Amino acid sequence: MLALDHVGKTYPNGVRAVHDVSLEVEPGDIAVIIGGSGCGKSTLLRLVCGLDHPSQGAVVLDGATITGPHEKIGVVFQEPRLLPWLCVADNVGFGLAHRRAAERRQRVAAALDRVGLSDKARIWPRELSGGQAQRTAIARALITRPEVMLLDEPFSALDAFTRIDLQDHLLDLWADTKPTLVVVTHDVDEAIVLADRVIVISPRPGRVFAEIETDLPRPRDRQSAAYDFAKRRVMAALDRSLARAVTTDDRETKATAGAALWW
Amino acid sequence: MSPIDVTVPAEQRSVPAEQQVQRDPLERFARLFLGLALPLVLALLWEAAVEAGLSDGRLVPPPSVIWRELADLAATGELQRHVVATLLRVAAGFAIGTVTATVIAAIAGYWDMVRRLIDPTLQGLRAVPSIAWIPLFILWLGIFETSKVALIAAGVFFPIYLGLLGAILSVDRKIVEVGWVFRLSGAAMVRRILLPAVLPAYVVSLRAGLGLGWMFVIAAEFMGASEGLGYLLIDGQQLGKPAEIVAAIITFAVLGKLTDAILAAAAAPFLRWEDAFGARR
Repeated sequence: MLALDHVGKTYPNGVRAVHDVSLEVEPGDIAVIIGGSGCGKSTLLRLVCGLDHPSQGAVVLDGATITGPHEKIGVVFQEPRLLPWLCVADNVGFGLAHRRAAERRQRVAAALDRVGLSDKARIWPRELSGGQAQRTAIARALITRPEVMLLDEPFSALDAFTRIDLQDHLLDLWADTKPTLVVVTHDVDEAIVLADRVIVISPRPGRVFAEIETDLPRPRDRQSAAYDFAKRRVMAALDRSLARAVTTDDRETKATAGAALWW
Repeated sequence: MSPIDVTVPAEQRSVPAEQQVQRDPLERFARLFLGLALPLVLALLWEAAVEAGLSDGRLVPPPSVIWRELADLAATGELQRHVVATLLRVAAGFAIGTVTATVIAAIAGYWDMVRRLIDPTLQGLRAVPSIAWIPLFILWLGIFETSKVALIAAGVFFPIYLGLLGAILSVDRKIVEVGWVFRLSGAAMVRRILLPAVLPAYVVSLRAGLGLGWMFVIAAEFMGASEGLGYLLIDGQQLGKPAEIVAAIITFAVLGKLTDAILAAAAAPFLRWEDAFGARR
């Protein structure tokens, strides 16, 4: 089980990006973290994947505190981050360098086949479309068979059609081995399509504002009433999470305005 | 009524990328010819001008005279002797300069502390025109080969040091994070991420270094040599033989271009992945 225990992150310049976040994600669950831009959701994900260290609290996977990148955790970034000097197949097999060549070849071929890129194995990453590149990145993260996969706004740079296509594709891949997925997004539709549970983060500092169970049957019908209802709930929570910050700003503005009138 | 034909026409099937890169030999020839056109036309014009008596061609000898000079020098074995002497100096200086610059830049790029310690000093030394070292090098190392090779090495050092250090420092953090996520060890990080990432800039700096190597070999040979292309230049000046000077200059041009092309060709297989403006054909 993946657990965040009172996790906080304060940067050296004093900015509090994340404050007192506690979460538990059961094995095989899909948790989607959503929030406005700059609310600290990406920072939170970097703490989980060990690229940054929490200032307070700890991230715990199966009882062990995470202190750095972990072999059981795979990561997909917002950009594909493929290595431009390796062909698509070598990018996918990047995490298998210590395996025997025959095993590596066979697993890379299987992974490429699974994401529908078998015919692209020997070309350079620059020749891929945005969607193909992100599929390659997903295959690269999945090939080490991680228990937990973290995705940081994985489809936000793609066009609407490709995005929907890849969301379905991701769920399809997830069904193979059922890893725990933690997905960060700012897209409500993406959250409802993917999540077992949506975690709404409020900004400055980032903290858990609401947790919403979205236990709709899969595959999810984007046109159904239940989908629409879940979406409304998340939207409402998201609005309220942002409104809280707005009210604070409001009060400050009024105070200043009052002072100006007085003088 | 005939049934509808649904087979895909051959020209609509995608062509493998490798095949598309293959260029027409005629086009390659045209490209080579285009590069040679300007010097060839200028040479022919000058030859015609001297032939027609518009100039006596004494100070600027026509191509035919230069060609004869080159042929004479080659026939006596003089040209080969000078070329070998100069090539050996450039090779030794380039090798020493490259190895030192690469090692120091790699260490300075990897350890912040080392960089803060040595980089300001090296930047200060870089501001000194390398020719200014000649008197000191002669005092320290004598007037023979050692001081010449040292001067060339000093000239080669700086572009390679700067190029490689800059490349290491500007490696994309996002790519490095991919290495971290896959928990690469320090050595694996260098071999699998940093090295390939800096290679394009490193090759450019090697070529710049080699160019400076050819520049400094002349300076080194001007300061007193009994053989080498630089000696040939001085000899031509002192004996009033412009054809010999131009012959030496042409030899320099050919050798410089040739060694640069060899370096570029040796690096090309490692850089085929580059998606750069200059890589388009």
